[in-house]
Amino acid sequence: MPAALEQTTAAVVSIKDVIKEFGPLRVLDGVSLEVERGQTVAIVGRSGSGKSTLLRCIAGLETVQGGGITVCGHPVGRPGSAARAQLRRDVGMVFQSYNLFPHLNVERNITLALTLVKKQSKDEARKRAAEVLAMVGLTDKVASYPEQLSGGQQQRVAIARSLALQPQVMLFDEVTSALDPELTAEVLGVMENLAHHGMTMISVTHEMGFARRVADVVVFMHQGKVWETGPTAEVFANPRTAEFKQFVGSEL
Amino acid sequence: MSYKFDFEFLAERWPDFVAGAWLTIQLTVLSIALGFVVGTICALARVYGGPVVRRVAGAYVEAIRNTPLLIQIFIVYFGLSSLGLKLSAEVSAVLALTINMGAYTTEIMRAGVESIQRTQLEAADCLGLTRLQTILHVVLLPAMERVYPSLASQGVLLMLASSITSQISAEELTATANLVQSDTYRSFEVYIIVAVVYLVLSALYRLGFWAIGLALFERRRRLGTPL
Amino acid sequence: MIQLSFNHLLYLVEAARFTILLSVIAFVGGAIVGLPVALMRVSKSPTLRGIAWGYIQLVQGTPLLIVLFLSYFGLGILGYKLDPLVAAGISFTVYAAAFLGEIWRGCIEAVPKTQWEASDCLGLNVFQQYAYVILPQALRIAIPPTVGFMVQIVKNTSLASVIGFVELARAGQIVNNSTFEPFAIFTAVAVIYFVLCYPLSVAARTLERRAHAGRS
Repeated sequence: MPAALEQTTAAVVSIKDVIKEFGPLRVLDGVSLEVERGQTVAIVGRSGSGKSTLLRCIAGLETVQGGGITVCGHPVGRPGSAARAQLRRDVGMVFQSYNLFPHLNVERNITLALTLVKKQSKDEARKRAAEVLAMVGLTDKVASYPEQLSGGQQQRVAIARSLALQPQVMLFDEVTSALDPELTAEVLGVMENLAHHGMTMISVTHEMGFARRVADVVVFMHQGKVWETGPTAEVFANPRTAEFKQFVGSEL
Repeated sequence: MSYKFDFEFLAERWPDFVAGAWLTIQLTVLSIALGFVVGTICALARVYGGPVVRRVAGAYVEAIRNTPLLIQIFIVYFGLSSLGLKLSAEVSAVLALTINMGAYTTEIMRAGVESIQRTQLEAADCLGLTRLQTILHVVLLPAMERVYPSLASQGVLLMLASSITSQISAEELTATANLVQSDTYRSFEVYIIVAVVYLVLSALYRLGFWAIGLALFERRRRLGTPL
Repeated sequence: MIQLSFNHLLYLVEAARFTILLSVIAFVGGAIVGLPVALMRVSKSPTLRGIAWGYIQLVQGTPLLIVLFLSYFGLGILGYKLDPLVAAGISFTVYAAAFLGEIWRGCIEAVPKTQWEASDCLGLNVFQQYAYVILPQALRIAIPPTVGFMVQIVKNTSLASVIGFVELARAGQIVNNSTFEPFAIFTAVAVIYFVLCYPLSVAARTLERRAHAGRS
């Protein structure tokens, strides 16, 4: 198959034999993964399995020691490179700790990158902010400051902020881990909605219910490797490895 | 005690005091502003710079903070002119005060910059902001907000310390006082008046810093949280 | 013009002894007056608190140079001989007491309220509470910032040169008047000040770090 065709039809994110070490500790040990356009992928596993590190590698927040990652056909690249600039256009990231800018109100949190990076006019950016805030159901919070919002609301603003830049892929790094169950539901609702609208999403999560309900593909990571992966229903119905069986059992 | 206070000279000399106070304000506002710029750049260098840059900025801070302002002023005014760089007393004063304020601002702002969590930088990176954009829009204002009370105190201290520039005859408030007391021989009264003027200036500077803080930190203003 | 010589440097180093002497006077005087100021600041009596507050505001809002002039010329008015060391000693005591008073107030307030309550319940009177419970704990908190303030004292003694007390800065001016090599001389003076101050700065920082490490 010609390479060009493969790119357009197949993987939006392509991870090949990635190795990541922190000093003597090998956190990712030859990870390979392909994510197709429109897919929702849930990465699950125990803490220390390397799942968050993998996500941070895709986002270019960590440099890998071996293998390669391409997003939309471009390598992740080094900070400051053209490839990295392209990665920033293609990938949106949502963090566990929201990471909203505390000194800026909700609207400015969203318009900051639109005006600085996308060079949009203030009016254009404001319109876009209103659109994405409507999508996450927070139209009335446009002038609020992060500290005035609940954790769930802050996380929805963070999703909106990322969404405003119209990324090809969105990465979610344990975005509900810091939230009460009630607030978790509202954030997961927003993510589910995004998935139904065809957004390509990779989500590191503890929410097995969410993974079962929304994910097309589940990736179980263990000891820095992709231990088991496949279509969600299939994987949950017939776990092949003892580790995954045990993990699913403990999470229920 | 048979001393009789005599403030009569004021009737004639009050414009001198006003002129002196005005020069003090000009010298110190300029030095505080320039010192803030120097200090902020050095603070960023101390936190985000390479090992050499960090060391240079650190040496600057230590050299200034461990030597008297009086000697710094002498080196700038007498020292540089003996090396062929002749500066007026006023320019020397601003230069020395700026260098001094810059060193203290570096230490204060460094604490502010270090208090900005790495995750804030990662979030800005993920949104595609460049390093410079991140520093300008994500780091500086919150960093400054966190250490603003210390910055304001340092500004007031610098204004008071500017009295030392009288020793290179920059004609600011203290130099004016020295001049008037040598003309009138009412030393005690002259310095009482000047002390009062400095107290008023201190209060004005605190007020000024408070107003600037209010203008800069919109969130504080809107949410009503005190600095 | 006389060449700058080793003897000149020796003269500077000898003058530095008077910088140290004045620093010690300032610190001891400042401590003796500063502790009551700090205690007044945390006193239950609004009058005492107000007096101490006013004193601190007054001194911290006036340049040290002006305080020096005031005590120098003020002594003259009272009919005393204008002795620079006495005037400088008084000025620095007044100055250091205000700053130390404010620093130590913070340290006393940093001792948890429960310590007051606990010692109160044990039946200690106010004096005993201070002497046996509060001040020993405040002292530990106070050491790093106090050492840090000593750097300010040493540097600020240079201002005593202005009323004619011959310490390091004045000695520098005297040497400069005969040799006229200001850059070299004042740099040498700065280096001597640095040698005096830097160890104090490092000590303050180390103590600060240790205190923080101990708390967490």
